[in-house]
Amino acid sequence: MITLLNYTLAFAAILLLVALGGCVSEHSGVINLGLEGIMVIGALGGALVMKFMPNAGGFGLFLCVMLASIVFGVIYSSLLAVACINLKADQTIVGTALNMLGTALATVIVKSMNLSSSGGANTSSVVKYENKQAFFSNLGSFELNWFMVVALVMLAVVFVLLYKTKFGLRLRACGEHPQAAASVGINVFKMRWAGVLLSGLLGGLGGITYITTGVSEWKFEEGVFGFGFLSLAVMIFGAWDPVKIGGAAILFGFFRALGRVYNGIDFLKSLNIPPALYSMLPYIVCLIVLAFTSKNSKAPKAEGIPYDKGMR
Amino acid sequence: MNKKSPLLQRDGVLTIISSVLCVILGLIVGFLAVLIIKPAGALNAIRAIILNFFEFKRANLRLENFGSTLAKTAPLIMCSLSVLFAYKVGLFNIGVAGQYALGAGMSIYAAAILHLPWYVCLLLGIIVGGVSGALCGVLKAYCNVNVVISGIMLNWISLYGVNVLLLPAKDAAGKDTVRLLQQAKDSVLPTLGLDKLFADNKYVGLAIPLAILMAILIWVLLEKTKMGYELKATGNNPNAAKYCGMKENRNIILTMFLAGGLASMGGALFYLTDLEQWNVYASAVPAMGFNGIAAAFLGGLSPIGCIFSSYFITHITAGALHLNTTMYFAQVADFITAVIIYLCGFVLFFKTLIRNRMRKQEERFTPKERDEVKAAEVKQEGGKQA
Repeated sequence: MITLLNYTLAFAAILLLVALGGCVSEHSGVINLGLEGIMVIGALGGALVMKFMPNAGGFGLFLCVMLASIVFGVIYSSLLAVACINLKADQTIVGTALNMLGTALATVIVKSMNLSSSGGANTSSVVKYENKQAFFSNLGSFELNWFMVVALVMLAVVFVLLYKTKFGLRLRACGEHPQAAASVGINVFKMRWAGVLLSGLLGGLGGITYITTGVSEWKFEEGVFGFGFLSLAVMIFGAWDPVKIGGAAILFGFFRALGRVYNGIDFLKSLNIPPALYSMLPYIVCLIVLAFTSKNSKAPKAEGIPYDKGMR
Repeated sequence: MNKKSPLLQRDGVLTIISSVLCVILGLIVGFLAVLIIKPAGALNAIRAIILNFFEFKRANLRLENFGSTLAKTAPLIMCSLSVLFAYKVGLFNIGVAGQYALGAGMSIYAAAILHLPWYVCLLLGIIVGGVSGALCGVLKAYCNVNVVISGIMLNWISLYGVNVLLLPAKDAAGKDTVRLLQQAKDSVLPTLGLDKLFADNKYVGLAIPLAILMAILIWVLLEKTKMGYELKATGNNPNAAKYCGMKENRNIILTMFLAGGLASMGGALFYLTDLEQWNVYASAVPAMGFNGIAAAFLGGLSPIGCIFSSYFITHITAGALHLNTTMYFAQVADFITAVIIYLCGFVLFFKTLIRNRMRKQEERFTPKERDEVKAAEVKQEGGKQA
């Protein structure tokens, strides 16, 4: 049972971080469908640090890894910002392109690095992550992943940022009615850039959390199995509200965790459900949940529409 | 408006210029990438990708490989048509990958296990994908679920579902399903004698002309029929369409059904040639679906353009397989494709840029005409929100 809790919270941490990223971006008026790609690139940043600092350990390494993931995520998300905010490109296409590009770029980088070192057997995984054990603390039989704490802190930060600061109010105004925001002197372009870059930051963190959680060896060409999109579903289910998103993340994390640990739970094992069904479970639950919650959408009004000064 | 404007300002011409620009920029970025990986072989590498089978010395081998490339192009055409068709109606069908998988899975099941004739296999494949697409449409129409998210979720559900479905059809020796040419000859698509044209490449057949025919049909449906007009109107402005008495919900569901059917037809057409087999332990959704998105936008969202863009993407993907594996790896082509689709997001930007440049040069529009052009652009942009 404790493993179930462990995995639930671990997956919830990933979903929460990425969903918060999506939430900030959408509140500024940009739909960030490229979160999946941002996760991969963010994870790449963290993984590279782990590879090149094999002897470092503990808190210092943790900070460096986080920083690298954040930097990679932010830089990568600026590709979305340039295209969608300044050049007014279609946000859906660019987001999809970023997802494809993220996996392809990471695979190309990693494979070309491994090419010189590994000779013939060329895989697309970076490190064996022996040193990722540094990010876990054991509380009894519960394995605390430090990123769970990060996710929780981020939840508080995003909540305060969005609802208790001037910046947050302005950001949300740009997602609801950018022309009105502009009329009182807010720079909509800057605000949207801020929203997208913040989502890059959170997405990058989510990416590194993904590869340090329960995956022994992660191949970059596999991407993140739709976690970026699951996170968007978490965000919709959480009605674009950070606190509700936290609850939604735990729910989805639970169903994802079930697929991992059902073998260890006697009751579930006795049901004899084919393993593939457990793999499908989070996605099926997501569809059902969305079907019931999307009707009265609380989405920011102007999301997905490029800002045009001349429009009313 | 189009008839009056000079050649370079016509929408179609501009689209072609922008697409070619995307391709060239994409190839340049790809070249830079191989240059960084290993400078020594970079020129040869990019040559191998661009030339693909043209590099082979023997004419027979060239023809045979050309045939295989065409056989892989057919399903991509279908996938890009699916994306394009939905996009014209204002829906972004990101579920192509799942629908493609369903079409493949159902048709392989019908062929390898039920031993049905090929046309029944094809039909079953089309229907399953269509139903999956329609489910997306129903969720959008009645529950307001974002089609992108439901599409992605259905991708994963379909992938795992197909893996379970095809487990009994697995070849005992490996991870793939059985060879249809050996186990179910009647279920393989007829070659129509086309194989003779391509140095007896037995994988070349009905799929290619059928895919091209579908492209033409989709063009006719969208441009020349009342139904196409209604669907496009729903996409451009749902409220106006509703006001005119068009059934918005029905149109959304119908569109997604057809789009799903197109994608799954691609899956069925490909796997019924027996060129490749389904890996029942696949853990990633088929790349074909996402390449379909790339092909649709690279083709300038025109069914006929899609035929060429699909061929191009298949061509460079196949070309990357000939890369010197001690220096490079096939994913370079994926990278180039991804860069190209990122650039495709700018097609509208490129078009406006070119148009503005020329307008500045000529300055012969009256203010009223300029407004008309602007209005047309706004309409184009407005239609693209899913």
